[in-house]
Amino acid sequence: MTTVYIPVDSGALSLGAGEVAAAIAAEAARRHVALQVVRTGSRGAYWLEPLVEVATPAGRIAYGPVTPEDVAGLFAADFLQGGAHPLRHGLTDQLDWFKGQQRLTCERVGIVDPASVADYERHGGYQGLKRALALSGAEIVQQITASGLRGRGGAAFPTGIKWKTVLEQTAAQKYVACNADEGDSGTFADRMLMEGDPLTLIEGMTIAGIAVGATQGYIYLRAEYPHAYAALKTAIAAARDAQYLGANVAGSGKRFELEVRLGAGAYICGEETSMLESLEGKRGEVRVRPPLPAIKGLFGQPTIVNNVVTLSSVPWILAHGAEAYANFGMGKSRGTLPIQLAGNIRRGGLVERAFGLSLRELLYDYGGGSASGRPIRAVQIGGPLGAYVPPEHFDTALDYEALAGVGALLGHGGIVVFDDTVDMARMARYAMEFCAIESCGKCTPCRIGSTRGVEVIDRILAGIDGERNVRLLEELCETMVQGSLCGLGGMAPFPVQSALKHFREDFRAHVS
Amino acid sequence: METLPTADSAAVRRIVAEHKGRPGPLLEVLHAIQGELGFVPAGAVPVVAEELNLSRAEVHGVVTFYHFFRRSRPGTHTVSLCQAEACQSMGAQALAQHARARLGIDFHETTPDGTITLEPIYCLGNCACSPAAMIDGQLYGRVTPQRFDALMAQTKSPK
Repeated sequence: MTTVYIPVDSGALSLGAGEVAAAIAAEAARRHVALQVVRTGSRGAYWLEPLVEVATPAGRIAYGPVTPEDVAGLFAADFLQGGAHPLRHGLTDQLDWFKGQQRLTCERVGIVDPASVADYERHGGYQGLKRALALSGAEIVQQITASGLRGRGGAAFPTGIKWKTVLEQTAAQKYVACNADEGDSGTFADRMLMEGDPLTLIEGMTIAGIAVGATQGYIYLRAEYPHAYAALKTAIAAARDAQYLGANVAGSGKRFELEVRLGAGAYICGEETSMLESLEGKRGEVRVRPPLPAIKGLFGQPTIVNNVVTLSSVPWILAHGAEAYANFGMGKSRGTLPIQLAGNIRRGGLVERAFGLSLRELLYDYGGGSASGRPIRAVQIGGPLGAYVPPEHFDTALDYEALAGVGALLGHGGIVVFDDTVDMARMARYAMEFCAIESCGKCTPCRIGSTRGVEVIDRILAGIDGERNVRLLEELCETMVQGSLCGLGGMAPFPVQSALKHFREDFRAHVS
Repeated sequence: METLPTADSAAVRRIVAEHKGRPGPLLEVLHAIQGELGFVPAGAVPVVAEELNLSRAEVHGVVTFYHFFRRSRPGTHTVSLCQAEACQSMGAQALAQHARARLGIDFHETTPDGTITLEPIYCLGNCACSPAAMIDGQLYGRVTPQRFDALMAQTKSPK
């Protein structure tokens, strides 16, 4: 019986994967053809979604993007045997888009049935946990430190140091809190992992808990991700049934429990201390640091706070060794990064590669240029708090330090592409507006500064006293950067400053 | 002070009782109330406060801090249009303009017949398939104005 893989990833569903699956089932029934349909995550090539893959002895053959109207024709072309069809792309793994990728963290996303522990184990799952259970807590932490893994949520803090701090604390209760509040526009790697391979995150959190002696984990998930919520709940129940969660993890006698908690639409809760407040059931207002969450975190107890991608990288590191992971990457950026190509791009999606490839390779070799066919004028990297990067910097390597060198930041690895129709003064206004909407209100530079920022840009856009207001805006940005309590007010000026620096003409158009 | 209909009040007390023993239960309680009643009525605030041994100000503060919690009854269907950068790069603002004109309402409003509530949303994680929208929890990508109209027709009179 032939196996057909159709994604159940919400992005694929958003383009009709559900209707395609129904049409394939109906057509198979009509033709009395027996087939097994496996619903997987997305492989990440959203430009080919809905992507249907057929298992053949040579590997999975890709057909896409498939609409329900294509289905009868696919059967007529004998796609179940890998037959020729205009939508056929050959072996998925041999597509240029996939061939050069280095999928470590996302190695199983789009491959496995996200709800099945057995399928997960067949594809190398839980090997990392088994290795970890043979090590002491300090040895596990040493592996993470040696791997060079840094926080993939945006701050790039060395994960091993964080874990070591929690390990060294003495407390009746420690926690592992996963930040799954992926609010940055242009990012979806967390969502793809949680929907497509949630057991990797669960395994990573379990290893973290065992390493530092934390027995309770929480996944703080944004409310905008109902599909991921369902996938996580299903996977947690499956892991518990298979005794990978609970009082006796994999027969080790060690306990680790896990629960998903929903956020409620506040961008600020992606900031770690605000997230902890929210997990405690309070307003998501930022805490003053110190104390660090690793010392006094959730409910005042030592807490590991890591992002989804960070924790999902842990099983690979444990399974293959710290050195194998550190062999990827460049400089102080070790390992791989799941990069998300988004916005006005012809071939958007998830590209996992070792640190060090250039923006140009990403935008043109993988992305194929803009979706509109017009020249790319700017990209924003690292979400709404990230700088806008002009084409003269497209040869910069994707590496934390190299990007910092051109005044940009990598953040969570989301890249949003804009063509030459973009008005950068309006994008600068949006950055301030977004900060005003999402400010938690605790500190003045962010709460008041963002509102004043919108007003000043409005005056520039209206052509009122342009030069003076541009100077005022620059000063305001400086105040927010220096005076804000956390990254929201402290970084919201970055897109504004970069727009002023690289796209000044867009402001001048309004100044005259 | 607004009081709840008896049935709703009983529902709120039952929900709080279900979650009371869990650590930091307030957000979970509010999610459950909104899940059951469609919104968090003002009359639920003192009940939740009393049951969780919090002040009314604390509960009110949490309800109003989070964009997701509603304080009034929404339309039968909730349509959220992503207005974040990736979607903007693919025409999200023009789509929002089209949606407002088509529905005759602004963001945060409900059509007079009570069928559709229109909301902005800041990222649905579908940034490679922009512009994105969510209708009653279902995600949609590459939403052109034409596709929006088709989705609205389908939402108002499902097959």
